[in-house]
Amino acid sequence: MALRTISIYRGDSGGGRFVDFQVDVEEGNVVLDVVLKVQAEQAPDLAVRWNCKAGRCGSCSAEINGHPRLMCMTRMSMFPADRPVYVAPLKTFPLVKDLVTDVSLNYQIAKTIPPFQPRPPDPDGLYRMSQEDVDRVQEFRRCIECFLCQNVCHVIRDHPENKARFYGPRWFVRLAELEMHPLDTADRRQLIREMAGVGFCNVTKCCTEVCPEHIKITDNAIIPLKERVVDLYFDPLRWLADRLKGKRPGAVGAQQ
Amino acid sequence: MPGYEVHEYDVLVVGAGGAGLRAAIAAAEEGARTAVVCKSLLGKAHTVMAEGGIAAALGTVDPDDNWRVHFRDTMRGGKLMNDWRMAMIHAQEAPERVLELERWGAVFDRTRDGRILQRPFGGHRYSRLAHVGDRTGLEMIRTLQQKAVALGIDVFMETTVSRILTDAGRVAGAVAYRRESGELLVFRARAVVLATGGVGKCYKITSNSWEYTGDGHSLAYWAGADLMDMEFVQFHPTGMVWPPSVRGILVTEGVRGEGGVLLNNKGERFMFNYIPEYYRAETAESVDEADRWYTDKRNNRRPPELLPRDVVARAINSEIKAGRGSPHGGVFLDIATRMGREQILRKLPGMYEQFLRLADVDITKEPMEVGPTMHYIMGGVRVDAETAATTVPGLYAAGEVAAGLHGANRLGGNSLSDLLVFGRRAGLHAARYAASLAQVPSISGDEIEEIANEMYAPFHCADGENPFSIQKELQETMQDLVGIVRTGDELKEALRRIQALKERAQRVSVPGNQQYNPGWHLAMDLRSLLTVAEGIALSALERKESRGAHTREDYPKEDPEQAKFNLVVRRNSDGEPVLEKVPRPELPEEVRKILEEA
Repeated sequence: MALRTISIYRGDSGGGRFVDFQVDVEEGNVVLDVVLKVQAEQAPDLAVRWNCKAGRCGSCSAEINGHPRLMCMTRMSMFPADRPVYVAPLKTFPLVKDLVTDVSLNYQIAKTIPPFQPRPPDPDGLYRMSQEDVDRVQEFRRCIECFLCQNVCHVIRDHPENKARFYGPRWFVRLAELEMHPLDTADRRQLIREMAGVGFCNVTKCCTEVCPEHIKITDNAIIPLKERVVDLYFDPLRWLADRLKGKRPGAVGAQQ
Repeated sequence: MPGYEVHEYDVLVVGAGGAGLRAAIAAAEEGARTAVVCKSLLGKAHTVMAEGGIAAALGTVDPDDNWRVHFRDTMRGGKLMNDWRMAMIHAQEAPERVLELERWGAVFDRTRDGRILQRPFGGHRYSRLAHVGDRTGLEMIRTLQQKAVALGIDVFMETTVSRILTDAGRVAGAVAYRRESGELLVFRARAVVLATGGVGKCYKITSNSWEYTGDGHSLAYWAGADLMDMEFVQFHPTGMVWPPSVRGILVTEGVRGEGGVLLNNKGERFMFNYIPEYYRAETAESVDEADRWYTDKRNNRRPPELLPRDVVARAINSEIKAGRGSPHGGVFLDIATRMGREQILRKLPGMYEQFLRLADVDITKEPMEVGPTMHYIMGGVRVDAETAATTVPGLYAAGEVAAGLHGANRLGGNSLSDLLVFGRRAGLHAARYAASLAQVPSISGDEIEEIANEMYAPFHCADGENPFSIQKELQETMQDLVGIVRTGDELKEALRRIQALKERAQRVSVPGNQQYNPGWHLAMDLRSLLTVAEGIALSALERKESRGAHTREDYPKEDPEQAKFNLVVRRNSDGEPVLEKVPRPELPEEVRKILEEA
């Protein structure tokens, strides 16, 4: 055991500050252990979300020494023992209290996404899909909705006004999962371009870097979605036909 | 007292894990105005932690499998203490519930011919668990969550239900509070479905999250319903043991399902020494036979590592006590020498990550250290097998909070299927009941005020105790005195301590205000924790035999006489728990025949 300093942001929508706590840290402790120890022994009203404590539910996202991480999967031993470890709430979402932020925007976005719409089953009532065909969808469905990707995406982190017209990485993963599901028949491309605003993403891959499930968000979800949207809005045969008729090529893009 | 919002629904579902979401979907599809109330954010419920799979006799890997074998395995695993009708419905309906998830967008691992892949698991005769690597629970909860969102079901996130309201003995609604603001919410509801999961947080070493405080058990008990089989608490054989801060975190049985073996510090596969007579005929005699079973199930018998959880947990406990344990007080679980690295990363990616990140152990190269962890309670609210109705009209219960399906010990994989099968039935029948009521039951303002006063009391109690200290003492009491192996004296001591903690819990204080205040939330949860802890200890003291997950050192054998009753706890008019031995029905001839099928 060693006495260490953890500096936790305390406050609410009206403001706040980092407060230092001295805690006995045991071998193997993760940041969440230490935060919960503070809560049990020194500050019972310290607000923090957590559930599984095993990296599976995505509840305990925070910014630890400035890096977005799951508190339950971040070992104290990663940080120098002689300096405080700073724990702050996610910056992109409005603060509720201490380490808890208002992530309700995500649940509102979820409601706007047209649900899974499967094709009819095989004659025996079953569906058959090969493992190779579902590998990519399964990658997306590993998402634990920790919203770390939403938190680091500068389209919304630096420009809150974009929240109204840009869904963010988590929701492109969800849309990609539906679009690439071998059984799904719905077409969500218009939503992806217009409401979800996939075009705002400038492919800096910050989301991919922080994903605790190692989902290749940019390469495997967002870029293919961008391509699909282009396919919809840019039909090469139509372009050729229009060109032969002497129309201006650029005009096609706006039509469906 | 502060003011409160009132919401009105036909069916109010408490809990948003697998059972709660499936119930809400069923109720909404039946046309009921439905709401779900959950303590965490949507999609974070404990179902997300389920790893190994959903048991259902789909027969995609072993065509010989069918509901009769699943039924038999479940009853045998439960030491015949199960409600046979529930076990039958469960085995019959589970395959359809799994296929339904696929129609709603779930993506299970596939067989070579493109069907749902199934893996072997403890106590299941055939490969029966539909799964997605080792994150099946996540797949299930996400699928149900997305279905519920598509149906437009109202969800009150981060909201805790404190009391069930009744009117002339029937359900009339519930009182709840928003965790974020501390505001009171009143629900007028014709029917309430309890789907709150389990009670793990009354133990120190558990695989369960903070949410598992026995809320539904306690809500039902205080509303006048029966709790049954509370002595049957499952210790999962394989939880992490090192480092101390991760002690108890689940290591999926899927490791053993995929071929992992348990070893003591002499390198022996000790499970061969712990095969109960009851399972001898269907368990491999030698390492060679056990290893052949994975590829040829017709001509070989199952490895003893895949015996039911109660057997494996006790065996590990005995090895550790005999000094044959691993350095940190567990035993070894080896998958590294049994499977290639690529295969491990594909089938057990979560376990790989968990051990690497939390324990610096690379499971593709070295064995894990594991030991028993409190995981599940078979006991719970007594329900009707067909409708999931409790003994209180309008109150339903499904999933871990309900009793009956699993008897004295649950088989792995039967929990997720339980949530689907009985969640659906609870929601459906709650909706039908709600529609059948001519009048909406009434709620009383005075009663709400009284409840509110109790809820906010910790803010007005000066110099009271810290609720976290009381929870910690309760956890130590249950761990030390009501654990895997029990004795009458220790159980009596546990009851004395619980009684003292009940008194102390009346005088807890919390600092701060009502806004997102975990200390205050825990102060209110103490009532539930203490209610279930007392129910468990009382029932464990009364059952003077060892059966399934309930092991008494002072009564080490099964007693056929005691197979004739289930224990029920209910509250008397003073609010104190009383026990009743409820006779078990005779098994019908046709059911006995199925159980005797080889």
